[in-house]
Amino acid sequence: MLNETLIPKVGVITDIRIDTPDVKTFRVVGTDGKKLFEHIPGQCAMVSVPGVGEGMFSITSSPTNTEFMEFSIKRCGCLTTVLHALEEGQQITVRGPYGNGFPVEDPEKLKGKDLLFVAGGIGLAPLRSVINYVRDKRENYGKVQIVYGSRSKDDLVDYKEILDEWMATPDFDVYLTIDREQEGWDGHVGFVPNYVKELTPDLGKTVLMCGPPVMIKFTLAGLKELGFKETQVFTTMELRMKCAIGKCGRCNIGNKYVCKDGPVFSFDQLSELPSEY
Amino acid sequence: MQEAVINRAKELLADGTVNRVAGWKTGEFSFDTTPAVFTSAEELDADFVYNDFCAPNLSKYLVKESRKEGKLLVFLKPCDTYSFNQLVKEHRILRENVYVIGVECTGKVDAETVKLKGIKGITSMESDGENVTIHTLYGNKVLPKSETLGTKCATCKSKKHVAYDELIGNDGEVDEESKRFEVVEKLEAMTPDERYEFWRGELSRCIRCNACRNVCPACTCESCVFDNPDSGIAQKAAADSFEENMFHIIRAFHVTGRCTDCGECTRVCPQNIPLHLLNRKYIKDINKFYGDFQAGADTISKAPLNDYTFGDCEPSIVYSRGGNE
Amino acid sequence: MFRLPVERLDELFAMVSAAQTLYIPADGKDSRAHYTKWEEGIKLSNALNTVRSAKDFFFPQTTNLCDFNKKDKEIEIIDNRTESEDFVVFGVRACDTRSFTILDKVFLVDPVDSYYATRREHGTVVTLACTEPEETCFCGVFGIDAASPEGDAACWIADGYLYITANTEKGEKFISLVSSLLEESSDEAVEAQKKATAEIMSRLPFNDIDTSYFRKNTLLEIFNSDHWKKLSEACIGCGTCTFVCPTCQCYDIKDYDTGCGIKRYRTWDSCMYSDFTKTAGGNPRTSQVERFRQRFMHKLVYFPDNNNEEFGCVGCGRCISRCPISMNIVKVIKTFGEVQ
Repeated sequence: MLNETLIPKVGVITDIRIDTPDVKTFRVVGTDGKKLFEHIPGQCAMVSVPGVGEGMFSITSSPTNTEFMEFSIKRCGCLTTVLHALEEGQQITVRGPYGNGFPVEDPEKLKGKDLLFVAGGIGLAPLRSVINYVRDKRENYGKVQIVYGSRSKDDLVDYKEILDEWMATPDFDVYLTIDREQEGWDGHVGFVPNYVKELTPDLGKTVLMCGPPVMIKFTLAGLKELGFKETQVFTTMELRMKCAIGKCGRCNIGNKYVCKDGPVFSFDQLSELPSEY
Repeated sequence: MQEAVINRAKELLADGTVNRVAGWKTGEFSFDTTPAVFTSAEELDADFVYNDFCAPNLSKYLVKESRKEGKLLVFLKPCDTYSFNQLVKEHRILRENVYVIGVECTGKVDAETVKLKGIKGITSMESDGENVTIHTLYGNKVLPKSETLGTKCATCKSKKHVAYDELIGNDGEVDEESKRFEVVEKLEAMTPDERYEFWRGELSRCIRCNACRNVCPACTCESCVFDNPDSGIAQKAAADSFEENMFHIIRAFHVTGRCTDCGECTRVCPQNIPLHLLNRKYIKDINKFYGDFQAGADTISKAPLNDYTFGDCEPSIVYSRGGNE
Repeated sequence: MFRLPVERLDELFAMVSAAQTLYIPADGKDSRAHYTKWEEGIKLSNALNTVRSAKDFFFPQTTNLCDFNKKDKEIEIIDNRTESEDFVVFGVRACDTRSFTILDKVFLVDPVDSYYATRREHGTVVTLACTEPEETCFCGVFGIDAASPEGDAACWIADGYLYITANTEKGEKFISLVSSLLEESSDEAVEAQKKATAEIMSRLPFNDIDTSYFRKNTLLEIFNSDHWKKLSEACIGCGTCTFVCPTCQCYDIKDYDTGCGIKRYRTWDSCMYSDFTKTAGGNPRTSQVERFRQRFMHKLVYFPDNNNEEFGCVGCGRCISRCPISMNIVKVIKTFGEVQ
């Protein structure tokens, strides 16, 4: 019988980390205790609670992690609400990996380059996979700048990892910002697009960006003002998906399917497509 | 007729009474008309039609159109005015933003009815009110118009306009002799098993395209229960035959007392399911149990199912009719 | 070329159905043609085509993908796919036959959809040439010859005979299955019929609609056109066009809790529906203009972009006769074509 990609595998939740009031990170392995499958940073998987539904989530752990996979999931709809109510040891279903992922091994695009990561809110989730990949293959990449902002300090995803590990990595500069002043926060306050402009990043950098549409819109405009080309800036998209293999027909942006041709696009690719996202 | 209608529309546009005109537009053939909104005399001259092929009921479009800037002129056939009244009654149409011209109707020709007579390759049809001349790829034919009417027109309940600001053409009468309940009576005369067989045969063809619901002037919920993922019945295909039946029965129940019997559901069904029979059964039951009632006949009367009186029949009616035996 | 007198069609159907399940277009109680499982007494319809397209055989309205059993924290996945039986669909018209090759380009490209692939593998398509096209037919626009249909085996009914010839190995198997009923024949009658049909085809009202606009202009120019608003104005947002269309293949995946296990199934879906792209985070297509545009952009621009210029339409005309408000792909093509 043919292999069928629509039929998932059983995954076991081995750890649930509460990141923010509405974001949890789920650690998942197969029923044999091993990683379910290999992936490229930026690729996604269909995670499901049978009876509730299936949804596409980016795999937030790095492929260099050989033991497990992680998904950082924000509670916002039917499925995510149910996922947030699950306990360790609970089984779910997973199928994947899907999509193109970031071109981490392409010397024209990422490999060997200085990198600028720009993330807002839960938008850090898909970038975390790349960031940790770059940390584990430090010799293959240049200097790294990370600009990450959220509504408040409590809404910064992976805060502990950022402080303990990313900030301690050589040639890693992490810039955190929150939207409004808050007690116990003495860091930068303000929106991500402005912060990026203030930092006047070097034009040779490759930019990887993910966050709310309004953040992406203004950051891109700011970067272009500074002299960045659209070919240098990558983002990852999310639309409603059902099959994840380019057949069910709902996640297209123009003639591209986000699930198959994306989710990672450079802005020169997007500029040729309708802005229907 | 068409000329008079276009001229009046132009006048009302020109004198500023309205800024848009809702009507019908010619299609690729003389008989496929599409509802359209016109904003200028040029557009009206180019595309507007009113003839024996303008079957679509424009009332439901007014839910949205009457909420737009300015006043809209709409042409309504007698049966459409019932839907219009009902929607006004339910506060779905903003009456003050609509100028209604009632247009005379002697029944609309239905291409599907003509095709069912074995006539193929119809390239155009012309109606002189008495006869319909049908041009086809395989020769011409003439049929009496009465044989070409769609289901909704073949059993027309009323040629009287119940709402209008002005009329073009003659107003007709409510047809007290209408044969619209004839088939319902036949169904009632069947044994439950026969009736079940009949409806399974019809409803099993349903493809859940939602055309009946989306065209229905009584179905104007902002969000339908059948589209609500939390309802558990938001399937795009019926999970089983029980659900297939229930979709239509629930829908018919929901429009009971509000359905004016405009017949659009049956006209648009791509699978030719006689959905109007479900509605007519409920209309007939209401007439019988609560006294004659015609939804949309006016904009003020209380519908029997929205009103409680001491005279209402008891809910145990099912038993008194022998349903427990 | 082989032939058999039309009066003996029933014998052919009986012989086929003794070996495999056979479906033919037959008139239902509603006096319209529907594909029907053949059994004694079922007669081949004279209608040009069935109300629903033949895509149902390979991409049915619902498909059970797999089942789940949940117990405490554990989940069991049940792959309930079974090898399906061989079947024959007889009387498929040229347009619907071409739709299978369009669906193949979606379902059989990597990763292959095994549900579709299995049905394709087990199905034999026996086509029937058209002789009396309807005014809504425009298959010729897409290079389809209604008088010489593709398919595993092709048939013509002419001069009181059913003529049949094989196009594929499966078609040859089909012919050998019923060979005892057939006699060898010249193709004179068939060639004469092809000529006669071609003459009618040339007179069809949509025979020469021009689709070149959609290949000559850029995706963004077409997408951003003002035409969409007017074209979609009266659209009621139902799924009729989608569901009667032989090439529409979008689907939804849903879970259904039966009370004793969960069924995951896929069902036809329509981009015309308001929830098609709706997520908890929002909806990129909030109005019917955008949904309407998507359906036609898909068929006339996106699909050809990704599939060697082939349009995602076969000109069967079902949407033309079935749309509640008589809006259809021909009107879209013509509206854009006129402004060249």
